[in-house]
Amino acid sequence: MGSNMAECHPVGFQWVMEAKAAGARVIHVDPRFTRTSALADTFVALRAGSDIAFLGAIVNHILTNRREFREYVVAYTNASSIVGDDFRDTEDLDGLFSGWDPEEKAYDPSTWQYAGMPVAPSAGHREAAAQGEAHGHGAKLAAGEPATDPTLDDPRCVFQILKRHFARYTPELVEEVCGVPREQFLEVAEALCANSGRERTTAMCYAVGWTQHTVGAQYIRTAAIIQLLLGNMGRPGGGILALRGHASIQGSTDIPTLYNILPGYLPMPHAATHQTLADYIAANTAPGGFWGHTDAYVVSLLKAWWGDAATAENDWCYDYLPFITGDHSAYRTTLDMVDGKVKGYFVMGENPVVGSANGKLQRLALTKLDWMVVRDLVEIETASFWKDGPEIDSGELKTAEIATEVFFLPAAAHTEKDGSFTQTQRMLQWHTKAVEPQGDCRSELWFYWHLGRIIREKLGGSTDERDRPVLDLTWDYPLVDGDPAAATVLREINGVGPDGRTVSGYTALKADGSTRCGCWIYSGCYADEVNQTARRRPGHEQTHYALEWGWAWPANRRILYNRASADPSGKPWSERKKLIWWDEAEGKWTGEDVPDFVIDKPPDYAPVEGAKAEHALRGDEPFVMQTDGKGWLFAPSGLVDGPLPSHYEPHESPFTNPLYAQQANPARQMFRRKGNRYNDEDGKAYPFVMTTYRLTEHHTAGGMSRFLPHLAELQPEMFCEVSPALAAERGLVNGGWATISSARTAIEARVLVTDRVKPLTVQGRVLHQVGLPYHWGWKGLVTGDAANDLFALALDPNVHIQEVKAATCDIQPGRRPR
Amino acid sequence: MRHPAGPATPMTRMGFFTDTSICIGCKACEVACKEWNDVPDDGFDFLATSYDNTGGLSADTWRHVAFVEQPVSVPALGENGIRWLMSSDVCKHCTHAACLEVCPTGALFRTEFDTVVVQQDICNGCGYCVPACPFGVIDERESDGRVWKCTLCYDRLKSDLEPACAKACPTKSIQFGPLDELRARAAGRLGALREAGVADARLYGADETDGVGGFGAFFLLLDKPEVYGLPPDPVVTTRDLPRMWRAAAGAALALVGAVAAACARQR
Repeated sequence: MGSNMAECHPVGFQWVMEAKAAGARVIHVDPRFTRTSALADTFVALRAGSDIAFLGAIVNHILTNRREFREYVVAYTNASSIVGDDFRDTEDLDGLFSGWDPEEKAYDPSTWQYAGMPVAPSAGHREAAAQGEAHGHGAKLAAGEPATDPTLDDPRCVFQILKRHFARYTPELVEEVCGVPREQFLEVAEALCANSGRERTTAMCYAVGWTQHTVGAQYIRTAAIIQLLLGNMGRPGGGILALRGHASIQGSTDIPTLYNILPGYLPMPHAATHQTLADYIAANTAPGGFWGHTDAYVVSLLKAWWGDAATAENDWCYDYLPFITGDHSAYRTTLDMVDGKVKGYFVMGENPVVGSANGKLQRLALTKLDWMVVRDLVEIETASFWKDGPEIDSGELKTAEIATEVFFLPAAAHTEKDGSFTQTQRMLQWHTKAVEPQGDCRSELWFYWHLGRIIREKLGGSTDERDRPVLDLTWDYPLVDGDPAAATVLREINGVGPDGRTVSGYTALKADGSTRCGCWIYSGCYADEVNQTARRRPGHEQTHYALEWGWAWPANRRILYNRASADPSGKPWSERKKLIWWDEAEGKWTGEDVPDFVIDKPPDYAPVEGAKAEHALRGDEPFVMQTDGKGWLFAPSGLVDGPLPSHYEPHESPFTNPLYAQQANPARQMFRRKGNRYNDEDGKAYPFVMTTYRLTEHHTAGGMSRFLPHLAELQPEMFCEVSPALAAERGLVNGGWATISSARTAIEARVLVTDRVKPLTVQGRVLHQVGLPYHWGWKGLVTGDAANDLFALALDPNVHIQEVKAATCDIQPGRRPR
Repeated sequence: MRHPAGPATPMTRMGFFTDTSICIGCKACEVACKEWNDVPDDGFDFLATSYDNTGGLSADTWRHVAFVEQPVSVPALGENGIRWLMSSDVCKHCTHAACLEVCPTGALFRTEFDTVVVQQDICNGCGYCVPACPFGVIDERESDGRVWKCTLCYDRLKSDLEPACAKACPTKSIQFGPLDELRARAAGRLGALREAGVADARLYGADETDGVGGFGAFFLLLDKPEVYGLPPDPVVTTRDLPRMWRAAAGAALALVGAVAAACARQR
């Protein structure tokens, strides 16, 4: 669901095909019948933006029919935890949870806590709470054991709250909201239940079809609830696979290009709450689990970056770090540009004027910069908007009046440099330069290292305190033909101990400054001074977990939280699904994967009073990154828009929410301002639902495909996909032209009439959906209008991602007005 | 049966088994083929024919993925269901290859792998082979006048590498190997599909007794060949030539006889 895996991840899809050949049933739920649907055993068409209703009804189906994996749920999830008396559900408040502040348009999550537990430090602080990525791994909980009811009967326990929360998510509701016939919904729900339990497991795959919504993070939460109830986490063949959008997007969140986290999901310091290192460590250390060692992770990071300059006396150069003061995400930054608050901009591996929502606003923002650096394989639209963009064409902008100085620098492709990719399974795979880059093309590593070198040379001799963070950086990678040796960067990321040799893993890291580590979760990737990510032992020479192919974080574990593959006593749930187990004779965990647990902690271990970090978790608590060791059905903290997922309509929707008076996610991020008009202001004009997507033949915003003849010819023009019924209704002709419009703009596209897009019956009336691939811009061998120009900035409040998977539009035959 | 134009020391016949039941329509085969063989683009035309924009095999497209959208009945939806067939077509490298038989220059030849290849330095662009192909595969490139088609990556085979399309295929829909092994594998796969209830699954070109003596590149299809735009019962176009020549010769003799008789009468 939320993924078109065969088209967007064709190489990974080979494993789905292998599983299918081995007897797995593949179910695809999507607004369109895609190449993934074509290979699936079952296809379900649903309305774009209605997935939580569908998934929530599966939760209800499980609970109503007692199909949960009871022993797993009681032992390994927070189902039995008692939630505080002050908590009010969306069922009580017609679509709002308790803690809603209508003035601030934000939640105070303090009423979402377990009964009798003190409120977590971040509660009530919106900016800190908004660091969703950081809190997703080790969300805040104060110390102490919550009260529990292992019978799961207490009306205030999570299990009962969950039951009440989803009670109205019935097959009938699915039919009404999603446009999915109830029989088909039941077929899917029953298939999941039947394929889960001791003997069987079910995996879920998703991609940006789930994330790019104003309630996107909660889509994934709903899937997590299903997988926890069915016992599909931490077990072979289970889990939730986030299919990432590019080859190493997983790597770019692990070692982030995001504003709110440091490497290894350490939160970026916040100016209001983390003034000192002690504040930072206190705020970000969990009483239980591996986030109990935040001090070791952050001090080792500071030592990796500032080396000998980082000392105990200067708090390991903590104040050299940048501090955030609020939302500095990509879209906020774009708006800040429009408002003249941003002077310079680096754009790499991205083509925002085509690939980001509200393309026109993106382009207008760039006109307000002093300078911009674009590094790419070809001169993409972002680099040339000032001379050939649509606004230049229309006369709205004049080249001579755009003061932005643009530096376009040619980049090397992945085949032209050494480095690693981190894929969806958290596996790092090393690649070696195959050919030399042509002309002046250079790697990003080359660019940044030399940029740093030149800045440092220019600052040489400066006594200004503000220059110390740059001058004190460790910047000493050995050069190979002028390029910093990429493996030495990986080695720095792995970290070294007091003896200067690489450490074996994150458990070796210390908070006393004796260890250095660039990213604690990657520690071990260069253990024994060997680039572990470059291992290529063929699959047929090892077990099918292939532990000697590449290296997966953390600690080369292939399945996270795999302690859950054994029952509380340490025995596999079944022979068929065994993975790791407790070896009583040896006194340790063993099995086919690297155990994701303290290796010698027996299943009956109980923490002593005052135990900290992993030692505060019992021997039967598998979710070792959670402070209570449990899988969270109910999230007392970590999300800014509610502890449970609720179906909200997309920000732009032709339907009213049948479940609650609250129409859309109340906490969604909105920008009602010039240049970002929403369709809700004249909703009737836009009766159809539009959704964007990718095709196998092109790569995202087109920089890597539209300029290559062998790819460009395969999908040579921007097109829209419509059903024969919509074509008949609007006079659209296959192969002809259509104009698609929203409150932002109108774009044109060739028409592809296909039975693969079906009209759905939603709330008793026919809904048409319009499919829009978003690969085109005005440059390259094949050109076309950019689908993203149609979309507004309406964002998920946790991660600030744009809602481009469901919005409203109109469609008319013919080309757009010029 | 080996063709007289074949190599003196026959080696194992190599070929393709294209299992369309696991094709995901990614077109990696088309791209890899063009990359390796330096085949130019086939034009940037939006064809509004499902996801097919190269249209078919040609001098500039040696692998072509067909996309066929079909209405089907699905239990939960009745007649409202759809299926999407995808199939990567290629030169069949026929046992009886008419293109090769009609080639007057010897540019088309049968390699030591029992594949049919055009030698570009010999082809004179006469075009006899173009109408001879019962599948419409071999085609003249307008820009240079010569004919071009799949070589089954002859250069790669000589270096013990599999053809580029098979190498790039992520789901092993395109399999390369000794033809005997591929046929056995295909029979097993067909059996498994039939057992799973895919009644219309069939092999296409695996039968040595068909009109071209079987294909060196054969297919597992999920419907009739016509559905994919393939001829249901291809026949080597030179099959009837001997009979036609005999008939023509007979007619000529008869004519000569008649003329002689007439002359005799006149005398």
